[in-house]
Amino acid sequence: MSQFLSLKNVEKRFPIPGKDDYIAVTDVNLEIKKNEIISIIGHSGCGKSTLLNMISGLDLQTEGSIVLNEKEITGPGPERAVVFQNHSLLPWLSVYENIEMAVKKVMPKLNSAELRERVEKYVSMVNLDHAKDKMPGEISGGMKQRVGIARALSINPEVLLMDEPFGALDSLTRANLQEHLMRIQQSVENTVIIITHDIDEAVLLSDKVVMMTNGPEATIGEILEVNLERPRKRVELQHDEEYIRCREAILSFLYEKFAKEDE
Amino acid sequence: MNRELVKRIVLPLLVLVVIIQVWSGIAHVVEDFPTPSDTYVAAFGGVDAEGDDIVGVLSDPFYVENVDDKGLFWQIMESLKRVFGGFALALIVGVPLGLLIGMSKNAQYAFDPFIQIFKPVSPLAWLPLLLFIFQDINLTAISTIFITSIWPIIINTALGVRSVNEDYMNVAKVLQFTPMEKVVQIILPVAVPFIFTGMRLSLGIAWLVIVAAEMLTGGIGIGFWIWDEYNNLAYHNIIIGIIIVGLVGFILDVAMGKIADYFDYTKKGRS
Ligand SMILES: Nc1ncnc2c1ncn2[C@@H]1O[C@H](COP(=O)(O)OP(=O)(O)OP(=O)(O)O)[C@@H](O)[C@H]1O
Ligand SMILES: [Mg+2]
Repeated sequence: MSQFLSLKNVEKRFPIPGKDDYIAVTDVNLEIKKNEIISIIGHSGCGKSTLLNMISGLDLQTEGSIVLNEKEITGPGPERAVVFQNHSLLPWLSVYENIEMAVKKVMPKLNSAELRERVEKYVSMVNLDHAKDKMPGEISGGMKQRVGIARALSINPEVLLMDEPFGALDSLTRANLQEHLMRIQQSVENTVIIITHDIDEAVLLSDKVVMMTNGPEATIGEILEVNLERPRKRVELQHDEEYIRCREAILSFLYEKFAKEDE
Repeated sequence: MNRELVKRIVLPLLVLVVIIQVWSGIAHVVEDFPTPSDTYVAAFGGVDAEGDDIVGVLSDPFYVENVDDKGLFWQIMESLKRVFGGFALALIVGVPLGLLIGMSKNAQYAFDPFIQIFKPVSPLAWLPLLLFIFQDINLTAISTIFITSIWPIIINTALGVRSVNEDYMNVAKVLQFTPMEKVVQIILPVAVPFIFTGMRLSLGIAWLVIVAAEMLTGGIGIGFWIWDEYNNLAYHNIIIGIIIVGLVGFILDVAMGKIADYFDYTKKGRS
């Protein structure tokens, strides 16, 4: 399969008034295949979100190019759905309406029966049928994040971008959502790029782990291939040699090669 | 819960007793000042301290003698009409202006100095100017209310627009909302509770202003009625007027608050 999403010599500078520009990331080169799950890991402040925002088009690179399906990315679009760290559901719309709003906008040609069917399909996909008429304020953080994922998937994106989607959740809820994500990914099949701080999450979920060096001028340090069969079972993996090798590679990258001195 | 209810009834009654005591004290010291019982009789009718039979101003609030001599109910209605006239104008102009100022930095820079300067100007300062322009009681009162009650609507609407979370805008960007869709689907739902806060403040100001405005413009209306009673040396009616103005203002505020809650998604469950 040829490259699907490719980043070439991507750089992002932030102008700082009265000072030199801050070069957050530089010289980022990355080729991503269709249906791959990629995670990006790195210390806080290294530029993971910056990188993801450039892929989503919410922020543009200052140098280099990002190409999806042979088209240069020049702004945000529904083929690159984003799951935000803080879910960002619209609090005045119910679970159902939050998803409906997205589907309606992206697929205006659906008639009302098709629309309802589609929205309900994605509500069910994240097992929220019982909560579909609840307001975001009435459901737990994990449920909100599931709605966020359902909303992102409901518009049939080619790439699903997730910025620490489970960062704000406790570890049990987090594990639960990881299972959800893996199960959904098996059936939906789209490309996923997920930012995480969590080494186990990175290994468990991804085909490739992109490790970033520290900023300023952060770039990709190593790319680790995770050669584990799917579906993956977290308990069995704990003793799997490949799993352990991947974990150690990331640990050594983050805490030996690119340890963060301060903080 | 029940004890709470008892406290909520008994404690204000205790304060009422104190107020009446102080009032009686003042009536004792100040010559011609109406006592609480005089005032009660003046309001609801009965026999006053001199033994005269009195028809209370509240016993027939609906009477109409002629254009200038009407019952209290009509006086209040007349004032309310002006209040809602000015308030509606303030709303029609203030909300779009607030949306504009909230969305555009340039509009904010352009209007902000004038809002800051005109906002603190007392209605009493506007009155003579507006009276001179319109030479008409109704127009003067309405325009005074308009110009003094529009500020909280503008300011709160703009504040509401500015409080739109950037994440919501990012959602809108990913979905490629048009500017109109952004306003209708994201900005307005966030701003509406703020707009209602502004409306509530604005209506409060409008009710404050009407009394002052009518005193200066004359004619009919609760403000003028109070002033008229002063000229008639009917001081007990002034006190009745004050209490009525307070009650009506309170009712307006509660009603506005209820409407505001209805439109506030943060206070609403699923309908
Ligand atoms: N708008 C901006 N202006 C100036 N500097 C910025 C801006 N946005 C990000 N930066 C800087 O760029 C660097 C990378 O930020 P980024 O948010 O991408 O880090 P991150 O890897 O996502 O960190 P975290 O894991 O804490 O979320 C940081 O040093 C940050 O201070
Ligand atoms: Mg980040």
